[in-house]
Amino acid sequence: MSAVREALLVLADGEVFEGEAVGHFPESGFASGEVVFNTVLSGYQEVITDPSYAGQIITFTYPHIGNYGVNRTDDEATRPFCRGVIVRELSRVSSNWRAEMGLDAQLKAWGVPGIAGIDTRRLTRHIRDAGAMPGAFGTADESVLRAAAAAEKGTDGVDLVREVTTARPYTVGDGPRRVVAYDFGIKTTILRHLSRIATVTVVPGTATADEVLALSPHGVFLSNGPGDPQTCSYAVQEIRALMNHRMPIFGICLGQQLLASAAGASTFKMPFGHHGGNHPVKDLRTGRVMITSQNHNFCVDHATLDVAADVTHLNLNDGTLEGLAYKDLPMFSVQHHPEAGPGPHESAELFNEFSDLLTRVHGKQG
Amino acid sequence: MPKRTDIHTILVIGSGPIVIGQACEFDYSGTQACRILKEEGYRVVLVNSNPPTIMTDPTFADRTYVEPLDHDIVAAIIERERPDALLPTLGGQTALNLGMALHHSGTLEKFGVEMIGARPLAIETAENRERFKEAMQEIGLAVPHSGFAHDLQEAVDVAASIGYPIIIRPSYILGGLGTGIAHTEEELRTLAVTGLDASPIHEILVEQSIAGWKEYELEVMRDHADNCVIVCSIENVDPMGVHTGDSITVAPAQTLTDVEYQTMRDATFAVMRRIGVETGGSNVQFAINPADGEMVVIEMNPRVSRSSALASKATGFPIAKIAARLAVGYTLDEIENDITKSTPACFEPSIDYVVTKIPRWAFEKLPGAKPILGTRMQSVGEVMAIGRTFTESLQKAMRSLEQGRFGLNCDPIETSYVSISDADLLEQCGVGAPERLFLVGEALRRGFSIEQVHDFSKIDPWFLDQMLMIVEERAVLAEIGFAGMARRSWRRAKRLGFSDAQLGYLWGVTEAEVRSARLAAGVRATFKTVDTCAAEFDANTPYHYSTYEDTDEVRPSDRKKVAILGSGPNRIGQGIEFDYCCVHASYALRAAGYETIMINCNPETVSTDYDTSDRLYFEPLTFEDVMNVIEAEQPMAVIVSLGGQTPLKLAGQLAAAGVPIAGTSPTSIDEAEDRDLWNELCNSLDIAQPPGGTATDIEGALTIAAKHGFPVLVRPSYVLGGRAMQIVQDEDDLRRAMAELAADGSLGREGGLSADRPVLVDRFLSDAIEVDVDAIRDATGDAVIGGIMEHVEMAGVHSGDSACAIPPQSLSAITLRTLEDITFRIAERLDVRGLINVQFAVKDGEVFVLEANPRASRTVPFVAKATGVPLAMVASRVMLGATLAELRTEGLLRPPVNTGHVSVKEAVLPFNRFPDVDPVLSPEMRSTGEVMGIDSTFGVAYAKSQLAASSRVPLEGTVFMSLADRDKLSAVPAAKSFTKAGLKLAATSGTAAFLRAHGVTVDIEVAKLTEVLSGEATGVTALDLIRGNGVQFMINTPREGRRDSTDGAEIRRAATIAKVPVVTTVAAAVAAGMGVEELTRGGVRKAFAVKSLQEHLGMTTHTGN
Repeated sequence: MSAVREALLVLADGEVFEGEAVGHFPESGFASGEVVFNTVLSGYQEVITDPSYAGQIITFTYPHIGNYGVNRTDDEATRPFCRGVIVRELSRVSSNWRAEMGLDAQLKAWGVPGIAGIDTRRLTRHIRDAGAMPGAFGTADESVLRAAAAAEKGTDGVDLVREVTTARPYTVGDGPRRVVAYDFGIKTTILRHLSRIATVTVVPGTATADEVLALSPHGVFLSNGPGDPQTCSYAVQEIRALMNHRMPIFGICLGQQLLASAAGASTFKMPFGHHGGNHPVKDLRTGRVMITSQNHNFCVDHATLDVAADVTHLNLNDGTLEGLAYKDLPMFSVQHHPEAGPGPHESAELFNEFSDLLTRVHGKQG
Repeated sequence: MPKRTDIHTILVIGSGPIVIGQACEFDYSGTQACRILKEEGYRVVLVNSNPPTIMTDPTFADRTYVEPLDHDIVAAIIERERPDALLPTLGGQTALNLGMALHHSGTLEKFGVEMIGARPLAIETAENRERFKEAMQEIGLAVPHSGFAHDLQEAVDVAASIGYPIIIRPSYILGGLGTGIAHTEEELRTLAVTGLDASPIHEILVEQSIAGWKEYELEVMRDHADNCVIVCSIENVDPMGVHTGDSITVAPAQTLTDVEYQTMRDATFAVMRRIGVETGGSNVQFAINPADGEMVVIEMNPRVSRSSALASKATGFPIAKIAARLAVGYTLDEIENDITKSTPACFEPSIDYVVTKIPRWAFEKLPGAKPILGTRMQSVGEVMAIGRTFTESLQKAMRSLEQGRFGLNCDPIETSYVSISDADLLEQCGVGAPERLFLVGEALRRGFSIEQVHDFSKIDPWFLDQMLMIVEERAVLAEIGFAGMARRSWRRAKRLGFSDAQLGYLWGVTEAEVRSARLAAGVRATFKTVDTCAAEFDANTPYHYSTYEDTDEVRPSDRKKVAILGSGPNRIGQGIEFDYCCVHASYALRAAGYETIMINCNPETVSTDYDTSDRLYFEPLTFEDVMNVIEAEQPMAVIVSLGGQTPLKLAGQLAAAGVPIAGTSPTSIDEAEDRDLWNELCNSLDIAQPPGGTATDIEGALTIAAKHGFPVLVRPSYVLGGRAMQIVQDEDDLRRAMAELAADGSLGREGGLSADRPVLVDRFLSDAIEVDVDAIRDATGDAVIGGIMEHVEMAGVHSGDSACAIPPQSLSAITLRTLEDITFRIAERLDVRGLINVQFAVKDGEVFVLEANPRASRTVPFVAKATGVPLAMVASRVMLGATLAELRTEGLLRPPVNTGHVSVKEAVLPFNRFPDVDPVLSPEMRSTGEVMGIDSTFGVAYAKSQLAASSRVPLEGTVFMSLADRDKLSAVPAAKSFTKAGLKLAATSGTAAFLRAHGVTVDIEVAKLTEVLSGEATGVTALDLIRGNGVQFMINTPREGRRDSTDGAEIRRAATIAKVPVVTTVAAAVAAGMGVEELTRGGVRKAFAVKSLQEHLGMTTHTGN
């Protein structure tokens, strides 16, 4: 048994939680970020490596994390962008035939700090009631942590996309069609799905419409990503230009928010967002309900759209907007994650809808 | 889509008596279903033969038929009630099979009854293994390699083509009956014969054994719009090879990556769709090869199951309730999640705690049965525990079992492992057995690595590491010592699930000292909520568990509150009857304006439905865990006398801690239990009892026997269900019996023998009629008789295993008055406030008191069903101070109803699952459940009870009789009844000669088995007759004591295996004879008439529709 390193988590509003340091031990003695929670029962590796968590500290509500270790295949990005993880219990062993490393060792290798032993239910209830908020944790003194939590900006108004997006374009897949995917923090699983229907050129989130059009794509994909859509006005502007070209577009998560922003809508921050794998979403076109993977703190205000669009999907838990299909433009988007990773697979059909859209616009060859 | 309006009356089939593999989880699901269907405005007709169920309370259905679950009976009910639909998916395998039988016979079609929930084709595809296998292959899912066999040779051939080890699974069976693993052809031959026989269609699946693979189960729901959700994933700690019902299981799954989990989830939906379960809940079982992740489908149940009850309790998602709504047309998104009240039921629960289920077995009651687990379910009950971590929930579950364990280690029993050699220990870790996990703990303590223990046990390394954490912490705690404990150490220990009792044992201090030091260090239990959503949404669910965290979510209300302690895991001797009483108390007290708080740890029950009480605490019933709740809630009273021995055992400790105990004082309870005090009481009241005394050793026992004469009845004190009770004929027998009691066997673990727990030795009254009386007395001294039950079997058979009748059939008016009078006097003397049960023996008109228990007895629900008087409800009110007079005015206490019906209760025994156990009744209770037969005469009511207990009285064919000498004369009337009805008689030579001498025609005289085997005689033996299908009913009474002939045991076992009804007492034979005679009177075979409980109890007149 290794010696326990006592640590504290301090939230910006002064709440203090007792735990012990795990994973990477930062030299400063603390890590800070916006504290959010995720309710998945499995899939911690995918969650930790999801670039959409940039700037955030992820609290896992399920108490046992790390049980089945980690493996290369399940990563959602080349490295995590989250600021830390909070767990109740970090497994000492990795029990799964696919495991290549233990989660604790992997956190160290990634340089992701963690804190274990936390009453994560108390923390979750606190965030649920008070909203996602900045916090700091580590082995540093409480006063240091307090100061760090107070100094932490959170994710409002911070452009985190620039932190996670690819520096240069690259191509995956070899399908007959060409799709350009904007990387605002794209997940590997999304690329896996897209590359089944097209040759995908991934471009930085800062790519201009001209740069995209120069690749003469049959369609454009707008990826998921971290933070506040309002900080990505540069992307919104380029998307608007693509819209004007009647480019077929499919957006997921931040992609939906940016597409709607391009169509004139405003977005708002939700109290504690949706982060989990069990949200029911109704497809209003078919009446079917799908259980979905979700990870967002911001949401589109449907009423503010300038361009006509139908609401195609609604969240049954809180009635928030989950999907839009634009009436006169070949564009649609969803707020949840049809690619799963982690989460249920039943929305994967949406990638086929994108494929069908490309067929409608360009014919079978396109 | 809204609910269907084209159906009005729905027939719900219950699951019948509690048997191994089908317990009160179906009362939980059925009760929910009936309640929902009524709430939706449907007319509900229910049939179930099981009296202590909540669902058969006449208020839960419009028509409640407490009738045998038999095709012809249910057909008669259908003809009478004309339901539009039949819901067969909430009453276990019994209801499903019965539904299918009604479909195949054309009854459903004839009366235009639609099967809802699952259609016949779907049920057939799921249940028929060949079709299931084809269906799975069709949708690209792997199943273990297998083939079907319909005879022995085919089985051998298929096995040869697959390769050993081989698993045998009979088609259409319950709880794995007749399944087993064969490693050789020889083993296969034995198993194949049993398996073919267990299958109603004589078909077995011969399958590749995947023992040692990881086992999982997913609970799924689907609506008719094809929305599917997974309610819960379950991972078994015991790998493949041990029946799921006998496995320790954990929710949610712990060692699946999301990729694997989602693959399994997709497969579950695919199975659901392919099988075609249109609405409702099902479960699909999978196995995964730990080496490479290969996944195979094991089976699916197209209905609500034992694990759906567990999943409902584990997640807060009420599967049965929602299944009932889906069956009548709703879709999942139209149903509200009644925990959050703001989100729909169309979602997948997320939980932030770990649930552990551990089965409870009863091997100590079944001598001859080996305590080794396999593919055939043998457990009689289960416990569930909730903790924030696996270690915490595991240790909570272990102490919930009430088998003397304080947790994984640190208790007196662990010393019994010290003598096991390392090699034996590891070997035993590899065998599925009730004690396996404790042995695994011991192996880890000895320093064997996780890899070593895994190699033997195949238990997943993650679970082993969790247990290792407990083992390591124990060493740390030992080192720190009691005096060295600081807040962080206390918190760490409690978070790993250590009980105060474990810590006290470890440090050699009392539990009380541990508790007070811990509390002084500021470490106390906190309560969290089961909310289906891991705290994502606000929930006001009144469903809690204790853990050691920062904050408490429970705020006690300022209402007047009563805590009710439940009865823990079902076991032989303490089952659903006590849960019924607790539930009724909760209903009655809620109705009277009290806030009720239920504490229990049995996931199968109605009491642990969060709808039953104002608040539910899912907690072990130990002093520490109960006190945590009491300190948090501060109830004005705690009810300990309705849940059987479990809560009663805590009464003294709770009272000493200043907890207000409702009703009869713990001192009075002790007075009835303490032999000397009890004798004094009887003497002073001038009440006769069988002479006897108490002994703590052999000499003491011999002295008592010498004084009063043999035979004597020997039994330990403070046990339930006649545990280890036996009738002893002579000195040698007595020496043997005492040695058994004193031995460090299972009874030793329950407390052993001491001055506090002596053995009672009483003169045994042969051929006495046994009578049970239930009564209620209030604080003013007013008392009322609830019911007087005359047993069918004579004294000497445990009352729980004996059939009994209301009203009494042979007792004189004077005797009845005496029984009532004595009951009242004892109740008065003990100052009873609530229920009292007194057991009597009546011999030649003289009344002896056997024992009195000032608490709820097993018979309370039966009395309530027979008379319409809600005894448990009345008693709970009386315990809180109401007088009987007030309750009469209120209308709760009504006079017993008798519309001319006779009610017979019969016990249901588990012998068919334990082929090595002699199926003979004795003073030790072995029944798992009971049934009730109601009709206008005793004979027919008895015959119905037998049919309900799957022991149909014979109306044609041959009755075999082999009687002990003392029984021969009294059996003559039975023999005459059978011949009068046109039945043939077969008998052993002695019995045949005696019967012929009394004018009875015996058609076949059989040779003695032992004589034929030894060559002394030739001829047809009873075994030949049985195996040749030549016996339809068997009466075989053993000689007294344990000196019965081996012939008898052999014949009885053979009959049990051949499913020939066996009675082992002459009283039962006479009762059966009466039934046969009445059903064949005038040479016409009469069909059973059916009548609802509401009609019997005069609650309504029959209208039909």
